[in-house]
Amino acid sequence: MAYKVCIIRAPGTNCDRETALCIGSLGIEAEVVHVKRIMDGQTHFSDFDGLIIPGGFSFGDHVRAGALLGKILKERFGDELVQFSADGKPILGICNGFQVLVECGLLPGRGALGALTTNLSSHFECRWVDLKVEESDCIFTRGLRRGIRLPVAHGEGRFLVTEGELQEMTEANQLVFRYALEKGEAAGGSYPENPNGSVEDIAGICNKAGNVFGLMPHPERAFYRFMHPRWTKSDDADSWGDGYKIFKNMAEYIRR
Amino acid sequence: MAGPISLDVDDTGLIAISRDMQLSLSLEEMKALKSHYHALGRSATGIELETFAQTWSEHCCHKTFRGEVEFEGRTISNLLKTTIAKVTADLNPDWCFSVFEDNAGIVDFDGDTAIAFKVETHNHPSALEPFGGAATGVGGVIRDILGVWGEPIANTDVLCFGPLDYPYKRLPAGMKHPSFIYKYVTAGIGHYGNNMGIPTVNGAIYFDESYVGNPLVYCGTVGLVKKSRYKRVIKPGFSMILAGGKTGRDGIHGVTFASVDLSTEQERSVVQIGDPIEEEKVRRAVIEIRDQGLGSAITDLGGGGLSSAIGEMTELGGCGADVHLERVPLKHPGMLPWEIWTSESQERMLVCAPVDDVEAILGVFADEEVEAVVVAEFTEGESLRLMHTDTVVGEINVPFLFGTNIRTLRVATQPERSFSEPSVRSTDPGADLRALLAMPNIASKENVVRTYDHEVKAQTVLKPLQGLDGPGDAAVLKPLFDSYKGVVISNGMNPEYGKIDPYHMAACAIDEAIRNNIAVGGRRIALLDNFCWGNPERPDRMWGLVRASQACYDVALEFETPFISGKDSLYNETELGPITPTLLISALGVMPDIRRAVSMDLKETGNKIFIVGATKDELGGSHFYKLKGSLGKNVPKVNAREAKASFDALTKAIDSGCVRSCHDLSEGGLAVAASETSFAGGLGIELDLDKIPRKGELSTEKLLFSESQSRFLVETCDSAAFEKAMAGTVFSEIGRVTGDKRLRITAGTATVLNIDINRLKGSWKNGL
Repeated sequence: MAYKVCIIRAPGTNCDRETALCIGSLGIEAEVVHVKRIMDGQTHFSDFDGLIIPGGFSFGDHVRAGALLGKILKERFGDELVQFSADGKPILGICNGFQVLVECGLLPGRGALGALTTNLSSHFECRWVDLKVEESDCIFTRGLRRGIRLPVAHGEGRFLVTEGELQEMTEANQLVFRYALEKGEAAGGSYPENPNGSVEDIAGICNKAGNVFGLMPHPERAFYRFMHPRWTKSDDADSWGDGYKIFKNMAEYIRR
Repeated sequence: MAGPISLDVDDTGLIAISRDMQLSLSLEEMKALKSHYHALGRSATGIELETFAQTWSEHCCHKTFRGEVEFEGRTISNLLKTTIAKVTADLNPDWCFSVFEDNAGIVDFDGDTAIAFKVETHNHPSALEPFGGAATGVGGVIRDILGVWGEPIANTDVLCFGPLDYPYKRLPAGMKHPSFIYKYVTAGIGHYGNNMGIPTVNGAIYFDESYVGNPLVYCGTVGLVKKSRYKRVIKPGFSMILAGGKTGRDGIHGVTFASVDLSTEQERSVVQIGDPIEEEKVRRAVIEIRDQGLGSAITDLGGGGLSSAIGEMTELGGCGADVHLERVPLKHPGMLPWEIWTSESQERMLVCAPVDDVEAILGVFADEEVEAVVVAEFTEGESLRLMHTDTVVGEINVPFLFGTNIRTLRVATQPERSFSEPSVRSTDPGADLRALLAMPNIASKENVVRTYDHEVKAQTVLKPLQGLDGPGDAAVLKPLFDSYKGVVISNGMNPEYGKIDPYHMAACAIDEAIRNNIAVGGRRIALLDNFCWGNPERPDRMWGLVRASQACYDVALEFETPFISGKDSLYNETELGPITPTLLISALGVMPDIRRAVSMDLKETGNKIFIVGATKDELGGSHFYKLKGSLGKNVPKVNAREAKASFDALTKAIDSGCVRSCHDLSEGGLAVAASETSFAGGLGIELDLDKIPRKGELSTEKLLFSESQSRFLVETCDSAAFEKAMAGTVFSEIGRVTGDKRLRITAGTATVLNIDINRLKGSWKNGL
């Protein structure tokens, strides 16, 4: 049986193609689906073995980044998606997709105002960041030990949580990635290593079960080594980039 | 304007009509219309006159470049055809798929995939409303790519502003301050490109006092075309589908406005409002229509709106059309027919199709939630009939509209100016170098570059910032998932040299665009020209335009680099005077394997450093002279024949794998290039000025800061292989990479400067 992942898109989503190419190259069928088709009942989330919400500006990020798509998913498909997640199917939200996952409640972080809010620098920022991989049950980061580098590109990536949420998430090992200094330790809020001012340098989190993962950095832009900014210094243009492992883990988990 | 307008009036009356209706038509053109309507035996309608004004505007038909020029005792007929387009005609490369014809130039890439490239300007709108003007500049050029059935993959932008510290007191009333324009233009560009998910991969920001009140905003887009799906067929009976955003009162008279000098009395109605998410939806639909093999022709709605787009389609098809203006979805109720017809509202495309395709096309647009309606049908004959709810509001003869050729006669006279070389010395080369690195034109643009997404689509292999955030020479994209072939994008521009000689300014811009491309591994280069000039009706401006065009021919021919597309924006003048004549050359190269791409940052201690090309006494218009308050006389000159041989050799060296880093020498010369390559690599560099190949006796400061063209700084891991590849060209080993993070320049045994590279980087980073 061929496994299938749904890459959901809305008007303004713009990273669907490259994201589909990544997971699609790992033997999983990737179908880009307009959210309208799900709303019209032409396609169902339950037809798929995994879900990716890619980056972009869904519905122009009007109201707030990810808010409108998050609202649609929550109000129209809340139960279905909760079941999808409870069945252990993987859900990956990248950048705008992370914002959507928080907005629709599949990931924590709605306790504070705004969830993922405007960067402290107050502008859009495109740069590569070092990430510290925390101990977690996240199925997407299995086998990742050392720090990795991925690019961020967003204007609203500042993750805010209440004290209570943070404590609960920390205890449940839900912090997956933290922005880090080059040497590996967490950035401690220092700019630009922490590019947006996220609380506790949080760059990515998962649900308690570890099968729902949201992150601001873009693993699909680091799939191959030649996408990294300093690849010309070494002699390994052909090898995998730091984002590859995340998709590889997703594919292996689906085939488990 | 409602009701018939009689053109049966005297010359004064004709001029008054043109002025009062803001038609920007000359007396000769008004007289041609007068006799046309006299023969028809009727008055003109307002909408008809608007159509002529749009179609015959400088913006749409390039009167100056296609007209006649009196130059040095002879008459040049059609400057474009005899210089820029002639390069392509003379070279006639078999890899050029479409040049100077459609919305963008198209060249072969890989099998059925071709690359389209177009660069536009959006200067006047950006002067009035910087955010909206710049954003819609980006949106407009992206639609040019959609308008050749192309899938946009990357944006470029080159911006020119007045000095950010320009005294407010000197600013004329109503003129926006350069720092305001700078802030909002860059924000507008980021907003549109980021929201559409098209990476901004290459560009430049340039400052000069002449851009106060008249910024230049060059927006470019590269796209992928499927040659087998590229169609331009129109026949009577076919339908025209208008798709995208609604039509509103925004952007009326944009093109006629672009054909006059800027003054404080202009209305805001000429600036459009952009919605990148709408265009993103349109993009998806257009590509889907293409991939399903639907539709027979396509064009974007830009300057002149429907009037230009439908007019051009009828001309292309050699037929007429019936246009139903009441079918156009409107933003504002009660818009008049001529407003609908000429509105430049954004995010609109026109798709032509046989009737059998129409339903499927409308379905694709509906799937993407894009509004689309059939607005017109092509008809037999040559009449363009404009109707509004069954009333004919205008009827225009298509051959007359496009065939009337009122040759504009311009006069070109060389201005009398004299230049001299200053006697400036560099008593502290280290301090001068730091000051140069901090000059706004040289300093890091990182603060702007990072607000643009340059990685979306995951195809950007060489990015705008390279190594540890050094300034890259060119961007390299890998647009096909299953191929290592690369697209290489670079640019060249040297307004400072044009202050001395527009001919050499143009020659240097071409050399710079090409050498930036060559530096990373690009080849088989195609060029785009974008002229931004002052009022061409002034003979001195016109003289410069002719000289620059002649250089385009001479130099590009020698380099064997055809021009594939271009644009001119004239009348860039304010009450402060004309802008410095500015020619942007954009270069589009390819490379067989992106894994061979070379970035500009130093890689490894111990590697040898070579300089390619000869250094000459050429500091006229240099940034070193500018720093010292002089302009100078000895403007850099290009020896294209020698340069081509050396560029070809360097490409061979890159392909052999011995080149580890390569950086071109431009503003600030050798010293600036050496600084950039070392702090980008985080490694030191040691150079000996005595080993530099040169023409004539050169002082230390000239060796450090000369801006002679066609030069590179190359780091190699295999000197023998490099020397073999470069044999027969001018080059020399001048130093090596060191591990101590210092830039050390000597002249023989004497130390010229010795500075910590992080200090240099500090000056460079904090210049803006």
